[in-house]
Amino acid sequence: MKSPSARFAIYRKKSGAVLIAVQIAITLAILSNALGLIVDRLSWSARLTGIDEANIFFVYATSVDKPPSFTALQSSDLALLRSIAGVANAYATNSFPLEGGGWSMSADLEPDQKTASAHISYYFVDEHALDTLGVKLIAGRNFNASEIVDRDGSTAPPATGIIITRTLAQRLFPRGDALGKSLYTETKDPSPIIGIIDRLQGPFVAATGFMSTFTENSVLAPFRPLGESSTYVVRTKPGGLNDVMKAALSKLEVINGIRIISARSMQEVRARAYRSNRGLTLILGAVAFILVAVTAFGMAGLTSYWVAERRRQIGIRRALGATRLAILRLFQKENLLIAFSGVLVGILLAISLNIWLIGRFEMVRLNPTYVIGSGFVMLLLGQIAVLLPALRAAQVPPALAISGSRVS
Amino acid sequence: MFGYYLDLALRSLKRNPVLTGLMITAIGFGIGTSMTSLSVSRAMSGDPIPEKSRQLFMVQIDSWGPDKRGERNEDGLDENMSYIDAMALNNLHAARRQTRIFSTYLNALPTDPKQKPVGIIVPAVDSDFFPMFNAPFRFGGPWSRSDDQEGSPLVVISRKLNDQFFAGANSIGKAFTLDGVSYRVVGVLDDWPLVPRFYNLHIRPYGQIDEIFIPFTRAIKAQASTTSGMSCQDTTTASFEVRLRSECLWIQLWVELPVAADVVNYRTVLNNYAADQQRTGRFHWPPHTQVRDVMQWLKYRHIVPNELGLLVLASFGFLFVCLMNAMGLMLARIIGRTQDISVRRALGASRTSIIGQCLVETTVIGVLGAILGLLLTLLGVMAMRAALADDFAALAYLNAKAVGIEVLLAIAATIGAGLYPTWRAAHVEPALQLKAE
Repeated sequence: MKSPSARFAIYRKKSGAVLIAVQIAITLAILSNALGLIVDRLSWSARLTGIDEANIFFVYATSVDKPPSFTALQSSDLALLRSIAGVANAYATNSFPLEGGGWSMSADLEPDQKTASAHISYYFVDEHALDTLGVKLIAGRNFNASEIVDRDGSTAPPATGIIITRTLAQRLFPRGDALGKSLYTETKDPSPIIGIIDRLQGPFVAATGFMSTFTENSVLAPFRPLGESSTYVVRTKPGGLNDVMKAALSKLEVINGIRIISARSMQEVRARAYRSNRGLTLILGAVAFILVAVTAFGMAGLTSYWVAERRRQIGIRRALGATRLAILRLFQKENLLIAFSGVLVGILLAISLNIWLIGRFEMVRLNPTYVIGSGFVMLLLGQIAVLLPALRAAQVPPALAISGSRVS
Repeated sequence: MFGYYLDLALRSLKRNPVLTGLMITAIGFGIGTSMTSLSVSRAMSGDPIPEKSRQLFMVQIDSWGPDKRGERNEDGLDENMSYIDAMALNNLHAARRQTRIFSTYLNALPTDPKQKPVGIIVPAVDSDFFPMFNAPFRFGGPWSRSDDQEGSPLVVISRKLNDQFFAGANSIGKAFTLDGVSYRVVGVLDDWPLVPRFYNLHIRPYGQIDEIFIPFTRAIKAQASTTSGMSCQDTTTASFEVRLRSECLWIQLWVELPVAADVVNYRTVLNNYAADQQRTGRFHWPPHTQVRDVMQWLKYRHIVPNELGLLVLASFGFLFVCLMNAMGLMLARIIGRTQDISVRRALGASRTSIIGQCLVETTVIGVLGAILGLLLTLLGVMAMRAALADDFAALAYLNAKAVGIEVLLAIAATIGAGLYPTWRAAHVEPALQLKAE
């Protein structure tokens, strides 16, 4: 009983023990990295846009024949949309949150800056936009109807006033005095900040890379976008969004000439924007989960064999006075020892895997909580996996030592 | 002899169904998972045009300079170039074939008045586009190079659109109305699965198939606005005519350079052009240009989601763990059967025959694991289709080759995992084991 080899039979079953430890190490490395990515992406795709998502839908209308006046067409479309029972408000825009594409540009504090002060998403809105989107104005004022300027493809009038998000205001004016200051965006004319809203995400959907760096930097500019294609944002009164959407489609189709009209609810837009990413994330989660399960079954299987093989030795120990609890503990300790060495190697493996992944896949940095958490999961899992075989070992009768036969 | 081993193998596997089941499950899950993620990844990161991907190059030139450099790409180059540069480089004719590309959005009015009009994304390309990218024609062919010059109202349409608008008949010479203008059909494409659609990565590169192509010059004449991305330094250049003279970036240029010497030559021509621009004072910086072939281009644009790379990695880690697992279980079996083996050895079985017996046993496990793995791969591919957007749906597929590779991989991996346990079994000493009894 002096040498450890007498206590733990694993020293004589080196290959099996090493196999378990390596499995635990690899499982831990993959599990902790996968967990980091899954949590990051799930929280990324669960972020709210800042608008009243449950009650908003969007309409695309494209004219096939040349309408006499885009201005008249748009105001009659909007008048019709606002007149539908169940519609709270509507406006025309160039793009909307999570659409997938839109306008982005740099916003500068001085004209002719060499490097941009910030990157922004640029939305065209009118005085109805804040109410339609359901975003909260936290400082300053809304646009008024007289400020809204027509904008077709060939003109770029200066924005006489802009409303920006709180995040952008804090970034550009850390002292909190954004209101009344000016930004330089698309023209060389200054655009004074007349209002600040709580939150509004941009139209781009990106988890990593340049496009993901300015999601919360949105700027609303007082423009009425005119052209063959119009995009309308519509907010309904709570409930009945689908019915209102159908009504809007059928009513728009019969006015203002031959057109291609389609509509999509904000919930569809959100689902579509994040679907592939969520899908891959969930599949990754499933792989990680099955991996853990396979490792656990492997441990259980191998321990069962060790138990079966050592029945006679166990019998002798029992005959020499070892209690059932002592036998149970022996197997639990044995597994703990193997699993612990696996976890130690696994932590190193997880960190080096993470460093490699960051270089190659823009991976999220490993969260120590996940590594340590995964380590504990592996230790606990090992204990659970060997519990059944160990209990069976504890049931081996002392008489087996006398009988001399190897029952397996 | 093999028949006898097989019989022995089946008997011994049956003797311990739980352990056998665990081994088969481990291998099956390992193979199933890795093959599923591999099939999606291969489809997404695969070469869309293997026969020519090394001869087709995307041209980039820095016309904004280091101060105004875009931040989208690490090297400061934009994926598009200005109309000025696209025209000038096109006029140099320094490549065997070349095409300017941008996409626009047009309305197609069906001939049947009962049908609703449809909005279609239309790539505007040069006639070289079709032979460059190996576009297969069902009827007709591309328009001529003189049509490129004229900007004639001609279209090449997809097979799908031909089925939809002309009931699949030969529609060459028929009229096709786009945005109120009558175009004449000169070519109908056959099925053309170019995935990902590397020449236009802006709009669903994995899901969308382009239905109509019009001549580049025609789109410019029609003042068609781009849907494939435009970067401007300011938007005071908003009208179409002004935009053509501006530094707004919105046109791609692809060239075909058959051999390495052509690439070297083209790089020189491109740099000389940029140097000329510096001499004339348009560029205030030394030439900053690049040409990338198809695979380099796809890599540069990072179109394969990072999660996919990690998924493939995790799947193979998973396969490895499964094999280790199976190996552990096989070791356990061997240890459990030392008595059996030693008796067999004492009765005259050679080491070779013990090895043969073990190999047959692992092969049987490998085959069963492969069958389970195949079923799980099918399930996995179905799950992928359900979980991923339709952009990727067409991608997750299995073919005979993939199935063959999978079965071989499963068996090879199982035998590989079984080598060490087999070696251990071969070293069981007959006398010693009998003595121990």
